[in-house]
Amino acid sequence: MSVLAQQLVLGLLIGGLYGLAAAGLGLVFGVMKVLNVAHGELIMLGGYGAFWLVTLLGIDPFASLGLVVPLGLALGVILYVALFGFVVRADEETRVKNSLLIGFGLALALHATAVRLWTADERSVPTPWGGAVLSVGNLSLPVVRLASLGVALGLIAILHLLLTRWRWGKAVRAAAEDWQAALLTGIDVRRAYVLAFALGTGLAGAAGTLVTISYSVSPSIGLEWSLKALIVIVLAGLGSTFGIFVGGLVLGVAEALSAFTFGGPYREVAGLVLFVVILVARPRGLFGR
Amino acid sequence: MTTGHERAWTIGILAALAALALLPLAKPRDDTLNFVFVILLSITMAQSWNIVAGFAGQVNLGHAAFFGLGALVARTLWIGGTPIAAGMAAGTAVAVAFALVIGVAAFRLRGAYFAIGTLALAEIFRTTVSNVLPEISTLPVAAIGGYRLTHRYYLALGLAAASIVVVAELSGSRLGLGMQAIRDDEEAAEASGIGAVRLKLTALALSTALAGLAGGLFAYYHISYYPAHPFSPHWTFDALLMTFIGGVGTLQGPVLGAVLYVVLKEYLALRWVDIHLLIFGALFIAIVLALPGGLVQAAERVRALTRSR
Repeated sequence: MSVLAQQLVLGLLIGGLYGLAAAGLGLVFGVMKVLNVAHGELIMLGGYGAFWLVTLLGIDPFASLGLVVPLGLALGVILYVALFGFVVRADEETRVKNSLLIGFGLALALHATAVRLWTADERSVPTPWGGAVLSVGNLSLPVVRLASLGVALGLIAILHLLLTRWRWGKAVRAAAEDWQAALLTGIDVRRAYVLAFALGTGLAGAAGTLVTISYSVSPSIGLEWSLKALIVIVLAGLGSTFGIFVGGLVLGVAEALSAFTFGGPYREVAGLVLFVVILVARPRGLFGR
Repeated sequence: MTTGHERAWTIGILAALAALALLPLAKPRDDTLNFVFVILLSITMAQSWNIVAGFAGQVNLGHAAFFGLGALVARTLWIGGTPIAAGMAAGTAVAVAFALVIGVAAFRLRGAYFAIGTLALAEIFRTTVSNVLPEISTLPVAAIGGYRLTHRYYLALGLAAASIVVVAELSGSRLGLGMQAIRDDEEAAEASGIGAVRLKLTALALSTALAGLAGGLFAYYHISYYPAHPFSPHWTFDALLMTFIGGVGTLQGPVLGAVLYVVLKEYLALRWVDIHLLIFGALFIAIVLALPGGLVQAAERVRALTRSR
């Protein structure tokens, strides 16, 4: 019993990161209908950003978020202006296709660059309190992962506040709902798109940092994280930031349950079953509108 | 509608493939045959992907799952002593059966959701296979002794030709026209009496059958590989990229795209060993931005320009 509880807790802890990874991708997809398959590579870059800052400056890994996130926002603006801005001009169906193509080219280029710069080895960053474990009853909670979950939840809350309270956040949501109507009411849709893409990239940077702190980073983690994020988006549906976060937790717990019941090799099978069931029952996702 | 233009392309491509059938007679080096083999396999994969995406308009990102299933079943049966033809047939049947089951669920999704859903399903296949069968699959020594590259080469040639014939037949048939109607406007197609789900499933079954056969060929061709490798999303994305570079929904597009893609990648790999993927990725983005409709549309635009002059 306590083994099961322990697995579930670990599932929740990684699920929070799935949720954070999916929140950035979901924002970009929901607002612009652009499917950025290089999102996982952006997470990977964020992870290496944290790795570099910690190794070169010797700062606390969590403090590196303060630099990685702004750098992510800036990178998002650059990527939008250089690449994804061209995709947005087409109609919705072409948008999806062209963004897949550009995203794939970008993923290829970023992966090759990362192998060149940092080799294919796995890296992780040591935290001063890295080995610490919090014991609650029979459960042991790794402090670093617990803190990562807390930070992820905090970032999701900030995103939610930005989108609901801030002038430009509301503009982003208006552009997501109906960009033509938004344009007619005088909203600068292009700027809202840039903002949404930058926020998505910033969140990818934050997710990468937390992944590197809690687990490890290597140039090839990109695809896996893109996929987890995509699964969470379909699972949760678009429209609610907290919904996506909960979707991440659901996926994490489902994987843990599956690994516990059927053994490690079948970890992803429960994901499959859950995914197909939800796909059939609710094509718009658990929390989608 | 089969235009004269399209018939000319069909005949031209099939003639080129017939000419390639003479290549082994010239006793070329093995690497030449292997290179052409990769192009032929790529043509089959691109053309099969084109059936679902180009005709029925569904961006299927789970193509690798069906290629992988075809390979997995064919390889297992073949190594177990079944003739390769029977193994390939069984692999194809399994792939099509899975595709129909998955299709019924996945076709409830539209547009990007369909793309994401199929990608996730394929990826779950891949991780599961790589977890359950982590060991490399190598042919028994006796089979390696009897290995003939030309057998694989002719099989690849036959499959590529079959994929061309299927698409050429489709583009002139009621079936193909119905699929294109769904692609252009699903509601309007349904309103005019087209059973959209049935036609989409037909397109998926045709596409999967070719991919399953290609998977069987892969299993027959490689002496050793990891069982999860044919499930890798790269098989899906390569087919997608070739089709889009060439021209989605056309007969000649996927063929031209496959040739360009394989030749370009090979050239860059030889020229810039270390950074070739970086250059390839960047070049690829440039092609997509410069030619959003692919080679076929670019050629049409050039032709229109020269005619108006």
